[in-house]
Amino acid sequence: MRGVLVLALLLTGCGAPAATSDSGKITGGVTVFAAASLTETFTQLGKDFEAANPGTKVKFNFGGSSALAQQLDQGAPADVFASAAPANMKQVTDTKTITDVPRTFARNELAIAVPKGNPGKITTLAGFADAGKKIALCAEQVPCGAAAKKVFEIAKVTPAPDTLEQDVKAVLTKVSLGEVDGALVYRTDVKAAGDKVEGVTFAEASQAVNDYPIAPLAKAPNAAAAKAFVEFVLSDKGRAVLGAAGFGSP
Amino acid sequence: MTRRQVRGRLPVVLVLPAVLGLAFLLVPLAGLLVRTPWTSLPTLLSAEVGEALRLSLVCASLATICCLALGIPLAWLLARSGLPGRGFLRALVTVPLVLPPVVGGVALLLVLGRKGLVGQYLDAWFGISLPFTTAGVVVAEAFVAMPFLVISVEGALRAADPRYEEAAATLGASRWLTFRRVTLPSVLPGVVAGAVLCWARALGEFGATITFAGNFPGETTTMPLAVYLALESDPDAAIVLSVVLLLVSVGVLAGLRDRWISGPS
Repeated sequence: MRGVLVLALLLTGCGAPAATSDSGKITGGVTVFAAASLTETFTQLGKDFEAANPGTKVKFNFGGSSALAQQLDQGAPADVFASAAPANMKQVTDTKTITDVPRTFARNELAIAVPKGNPGKITTLAGFADAGKKIALCAEQVPCGAAAKKVFEIAKVTPAPDTLEQDVKAVLTKVSLGEVDGALVYRTDVKAAGDKVEGVTFAEASQAVNDYPIAPLAKAPNAAAAKAFVEFVLSDKGRAVLGAAGFGSP
Repeated sequence: MTRRQVRGRLPVVLVLPAVLGLAFLLVPLAGLLVRTPWTSLPTLLSAEVGEALRLSLVCASLATICCLALGIPLAWLLARSGLPGRGFLRALVTVPLVLPPVVGGVALLLVLGRKGLVGQYLDAWFGISLPFTTAGVVVAEAFVAMPFLVISVEGALRAADPRYEEAAATLGASRWLTFRRVTLPSVLPGVVAGAVLCWARALGEFGATITFAGNFPGETTTMPLAVYLALESDPDAAIVLSVVLLLVSVGVLAGLRDRWISGPS
């Protein structure tokens, strides 16, 4: 029984996008592993997808892209993976956990996030080199940390972080609670955080743009719905939601 | 009733789940050992591992000392003082046990953080800011681990025979002298057991630590945090870190057990 199921999934999964076969109606649960920075937009997209496809239920697992990639490589049962960086998508395609070619659905760039009123007076990347200020960055393993490393190299600034957080939302929490004077997060996170956090743009950000790839998993338990969700994110409607949150289009 | 009378055939209804329980606890650890890349072990043991291990041991020990200093008096208060509402107080003390550690970390930030209820005054008056410091790690670990000590010591106090204390009191000893010379020695095994549990919990603490104290190598990156971050990029390194932590903690606990906690002989 199970073998047949897996075989069937493999056959549909490896085939061309013609797999939306038989009745053409999408039902059942879809499990989406998505980067932490997609929390607000994908929650919205999930609701829209459910509304457009009655009978579907979208479940999310948001986290640092590298942690998610790791979970997928260990066999976590998911249908779709949306990563905040191609590097973490590669972790999954390298192991053939994903065999489809990932497609870029959004772009994002970093911004300086400071607590309301900017108590630390951080207005440029150079401010991050001040050891007297409390600074939070993402750990290098996660995409926002890798992007931060890149912009600091371009700006020739050696940052003096006080903490290297496990994902971008953890960094944002430290800023919105006022525990740090400055942090590097995505532009979209500043927007999502509302009025507790102020964003400062900087020139080097455009030189370290993150591409967000998405793909269905090779062994997606609900392959048809997985493909449909990916198409939905890439559709004009999906782009509109992402664009409204501040994501750039690919 | 002597021991001999209770012996007899081992009941299957108890033995079977017991063996299953044992396997449930031990098989994952065995899996960790099986998957350990023993050959590449030396290359994976970097200086950072030593640093994280040292930090873990130091912070867990300091947290245990803090818990002993505050937890024993608290346990005494709950067990002996006759304070009204002790039952309610006892329930409150166990809250950190059920609280998800991450929530504990956020709660600590809201109180002791730079903008926290108490923390803002610590910062303004003394220039003390706990988050992102090694002291912050100790605070987070103590918060999560103290209930283990309090419950253990309080249980020992309640089980201890109060007649010795009464006898000391009739002989003119003050309550403080009685506590030091009579009560404390009589509950010492409970205190040691509680301290060991407390230390073990502090050593493995992750959620409250990363939330309250952040993560910076050499300052706040304890072993559990190092394991979590290594897992994201290099699972082999994470397994090695886990095995090192496992061996060290089992070694310490086994050493303590031989020396301090005498099992039924």
